[in-house]
Amino acid sequence: MIATAVRHRRPRPRVFARRRIETRFRTLVSPHQLNTRKGRTIYWIVLVGMVVGFTAIFMFPLYWMVTGALKAPEELDQIPPTFFPRSPSFDAYIEAWNLLDLGLLLKNTAIYAVGAWLFTLAVDVSAAFALSKLRPMFGKLITGMMLATLMIPPMVLMLPLFVTIVDLDLLNSPWAIWLPAAANGFNIFLLKRFFDAIPRELIEAAEMDGASPARILWSIVLPVSRPILGVVSIFTVVAVWKDFLYPLLVLPDTDSMTVSVAINSLSQTMPTNALTAALVIASIPTIVIFLFFQRHIMAGLTAGSLKG
Amino acid sequence: MGRRPPSRRGREARRNLTAYGFLCAALICFGVFSWYPMVREVLLSLQENNFVDAPRWVGLDNFATVIEDPAFAQAWINTAAFTGLALLIGYVIPFCAAIVLNELRHAKAYLRFVVYLPVMLPPAVSVLLFKWFYDPGAGLFNQILGFFQLPGLAWLDSTDTALVSLVIVSTWMNLGSGTLIYLAALQTIPSELYEAAELDGAGLFKRIRHVTIPQTRLILLVMLLLQIIATMQVFIEPFMLTGGGPENATVTVAYLMYQYAFNFGNFGGGSAMGLMLMVVLIVFSAVYLRVSRENT
Repeated sequence: MIATAVRHRRPRPRVFARRRIETRFRTLVSPHQLNTRKGRTIYWIVLVGMVVGFTAIFMFPLYWMVTGALKAPEELDQIPPTFFPRSPSFDAYIEAWNLLDLGLLLKNTAIYAVGAWLFTLAVDVSAAFALSKLRPMFGKLITGMMLATLMIPPMVLMLPLFVTIVDLDLLNSPWAIWLPAAANGFNIFLLKRFFDAIPRELIEAAEMDGASPARILWSIVLPVSRPILGVVSIFTVVAVWKDFLYPLLVLPDTDSMTVSVAINSLSQTMPTNALTAALVIASIPTIVIFLFFQRHIMAGLTAGSLKG
Repeated sequence: MGRRPPSRRGREARRNLTAYGFLCAALICFGVFSWYPMVREVLLSLQENNFVDAPRWVGLDNFATVIEDPAFAQAWINTAAFTGLALLIGYVIPFCAAIVLNELRHAKAYLRFVVYLPVMLPPAVSVLLFKWFYDPGAGLFNQILGFFQLPGLAWLDSTDTALVSLVIVSTWMNLGSGTLIYLAALQTIPSELYEAAELDGAGLFKRIRHVTIPQTRLILLVMLLLQIIATMQVFIEPFMLTGGGPENATVTVAYLMYQYAFNFGNFGGGSAMGLMLMVVLIVFSAVYLRVSRENT
């Protein structure tokens, strides 16, 4: 082992050094193997293959969607299709906006998402704080029952939840989205685990100084919990934005629909290019969230599953 | 004269009171929208209920009705086939992609971004997008096949290809999260292990078999269970793309549950269907929770 390590550190001739593939960590393929002539050739082929393949599979459908909406209906139906729109026009986008009343739909969806976000944070953070730091009687039982809800797949509870919403007279009301969103065992689990890791001494010192629990939560726990709060926030907003079946059931009125539900229910009657334009507009918000919070989303993805 | 410090029991009581103050909102939300519906699912499945007249207890009749439905067996077969196909494509490909991605030194950020992009689209958008691609006439897929001089497929309109078409959409939508999770897991493998294996003369595939896979065993298991749980609940794809057709080829359990409740107005039957799905999924969920707790 030592012998190989020494061999790798030996300085290489200059020509070699320039074309060397940078390796900071050793992975499956050793840096040595990678930097042979054959290794480099394979590496570049694989790299180009991956870039081309991923772009074709994941970006091209999006390109087709965005440009499809710029084409005239006749051009869309034409065989063979055109790669670039012949005379790009935004008419379909304007048509979609007006036909679907997309302004209202986007506003609805935003209200549901932001409300769900605020409720989830307020309810779940205070619950996780109580369970983690105040440790009430039956706390373990309550935590267990909240975790047990993770075992019940959401699809299965759809009918009784819908009936409950009807009983509470919450159909078409934003509360039907906001309140159930807060009953999220996974968020409580993530938050509680994070709070558990905050040193006891920090809390005790604040208690000595006479800080109330609310004060401790606000001034000590929340500031150090920024990363996990970010993760919970993004996932709550995105989940509400992406949801389909639940809003389909509990928000049936055209005036209270979400974007996803509305584009589906009106997709039959719309011209293809206008529908495609509506799809583009409906996906912009989540894509923008992704562009802004990429790092948090990726971090949350691993926090959620590796250790979830 | 100072106030007497509160007794130990008094302090205890106050602490409990404060804690329940912080907890009450969550308890109400969980109680009304999570715990109560669980109980209600069972109650509904035992009732004949049209929400106009008083509900009537019918015992297990709802289960009998649902099981006798010819679509019932078909739905379970389709769901199992969907899950199997989705695992075949959606489980192996992300892992391979992650292994290759982990070896790359360039364009990594771009590839990570691109593969996760579809995950961020609302599923309704992805599904409608693919519906347009599947169009037998001017649809993108048949156009591409035509470009290579291949005959077009009927995609959603044929019993042979409809279910596979649903799996393709579903995989496209969800591949990204699996890939990135595996990638994160691969990055935690200590490089000494690879070095040692290589010194022992292990080739590339042997290193994958004896180092990569054992080192990511737990996450592979967790993802397998998560995928089964998620794909068994498949709804939006058959709902939006095929309506269960052609000839029930794409009716899934979740979709049949929806149909019972909202198309046939039989909430009892729907709930019975849901309970059966729940029993199956709880087994996987229980294993999943156990595995992931050991993992932490």
